[in-house]
Amino acid sequence: MDNEKLAHIATEVRRNIIKSVTAAKSGHPGGSLSATDILVTLYFEIMNIDPKNPKWEERDRFVLSKGHAAPALYAVLAERGYFPKEELMKLRQTGAMLQGHPDMKSTPGVDMTTGSLGQGLSAANGMALAAKLDKKSYRVYVMLGDGEIQEGMIWEAAMTSAHYKLDNLTAFLDYNKLQIDGTNDEVMTVEPVVDKWKAFGWNVLEIDGHNYDQIRDAVKKAKETKGKPTMIIAHTVKGKGVSFMENQVGWHGSAPNEEQMERALLELGDGNEQ
Amino acid sequence: MSNKIATRESYGKALAELGETNKDIVVLDADLSKSTKTADFAKKFPERFFNVGISEQDLMGTAAGFATCGKIPFASSFAIFATGRAFEQIRNSIAYPRLNVKIAATHAGITVGEDGATHESVEDIAIMRAIPGMVVINPADDVETKAAIKAAAEYYGPVYIRLGRLSVPVIYEADGYKFEIGKGIVLREGSDVTIIATGIMVAAALEAHEILKSKGISAKVIDIHTIKPIDEELIIKSAWETGAIVTAEEHSIIGGLGSAVCEVVSERVPVPVRRVGIKDQFGQSGKPDELLKLYHLTPEDIVNEVIGVLKLKKRD
Repeated sequence: MDNEKLAHIATEVRRNIIKSVTAAKSGHPGGSLSATDILVTLYFEIMNIDPKNPKWEERDRFVLSKGHAAPALYAVLAERGYFPKEELMKLRQTGAMLQGHPDMKSTPGVDMTTGSLGQGLSAANGMALAAKLDKKSYRVYVMLGDGEIQEGMIWEAAMTSAHYKLDNLTAFLDYNKLQIDGTNDEVMTVEPVVDKWKAFGWNVLEIDGHNYDQIRDAVKKAKETKGKPTMIIAHTVKGKGVSFMENQVGWHGSAPNEEQMERALLELGDGNEQ
Repeated sequence: MSNKIATRESYGKALAELGETNKDIVVLDADLSKSTKTADFAKKFPERFFNVGISEQDLMGTAAGFATCGKIPFASSFAIFATGRAFEQIRNSIAYPRLNVKIAATHAGITVGEDGATHESVEDIAIMRAIPGMVVINPADDVETKAAIKAAAEYYGPVYIRLGRLSVPVIYEADGYKFEIGKGIVLREGSDVTIIATGIMVAAALEAHEILKSKGISAKVIDIHTIKPIDEELIIKSAWETGAIVTAEEHSIIGGLGSAVCEVVSERVPVPVRRVGIKDQFGQSGKPDELLKLYHLTPEDIVNEVIGVLKLKKRD
């Protein structure tokens, strides 16, 4: 898919993140907007999936370990045709299909239930190990948050991925440098993050997480790397695409009001909305 | 009852046997495979055995990932680490998505012995029982454990199986033994009182039955191997028939079998219940038999509680 098309889809996804979080009156817009371009590239270009058959055994898997970016995943899944877009406007409401954090039981296309930080990489390891055991060619993708890697379990899992040489596993770090209480550096620095993952036995790449060419190229390199899992450290901007949300800690976990939503949508433009 | 086997040994054997017929079974351990006995499976099916090192949280998360791909993972560690260290992984990554993971935890209770309180889980049943949809099984002996492991593999959904380190009497004959998740087993009929026991306390309950018989007290004995879902029907029926209950478990009296039985009878057929179990205490180092005496988990302790509960019964 050409970059222009991906950009159009990403705009539409960002619009739906803003709309759904506004409708829900709660949620996490900042980290959803930073993750958008990677998710769009994965679901519209890279991953071998069939939205009509969400549980297809041969499909590539995706685990959103930073589960609070659910609005981004939901908007991408809806855009890809897993479920009607109307569901997005019922996000977080009682009885709705779209829970506050991803629930594989209720939402088609969600491969793993996540939301409690630190747990997704282990689940992705289990999937990658199952693929190896069954000699299947599907690949497993997982996205971690930068604050999330402060969880000890991530490093348990990081050891497991490398120990079992899970070269069918590709992780993204959505490195927007902000978490609820402030910057990573103020709260608990994760640096030197490249060295950490390298020291744990991973193939580590560093990219601009909003650049489709770099995302595409990094995944290609990950696929070519044998005997090691790949960590793609994706430098991103929290709140990307909405000027008043960009790099603002306050937009980690608060919803825009109607007026802010209108301003955000105006900035984002039309996307591919018909 | 001459033959003694630890339920962890039975687990290891059952799992290795099951691995032959059920190719979906994968086994995960966190560097305790020689103690949990998953090493039996590992030896036979090395390609389906995964050691994740000393990382119980990762153990549960990895098992969850396997389950999403159609595998039937058995994840093993000691009960305290499985249910304590990895509680939230079990809750959020296994139970909430209702994944088909079996948590087979060994070294439960104070009969771990010399390792002491840090390794003696007295609250694991309570912890697992509180998780929505979790099946909790605490088998009594070798025969029951083997049957329970098979039943757990055939059942779809998360199951917690509590196993012990200590060799315990074999009370069942393999021939004719039938295990059904959620169904208690009446081992002795009786009319004065019902002793409801689980795990290694079932053998103690059978001894208590004999002591009580010599005192002219007729005690019904029930083995509740599945603590959740508990056999409400059998408990209610027995409460009606005998009018008094004593529970027995190698676990805290808070949140375990005793609590579960009290919940059932208090809502449906209120009769006096006395609980034999660990009284809101931690374990300690010692020989298992000495600890069982110290913590009042012997057949004599069950007898004493029966005498106590019968006094309550007579009050009305």
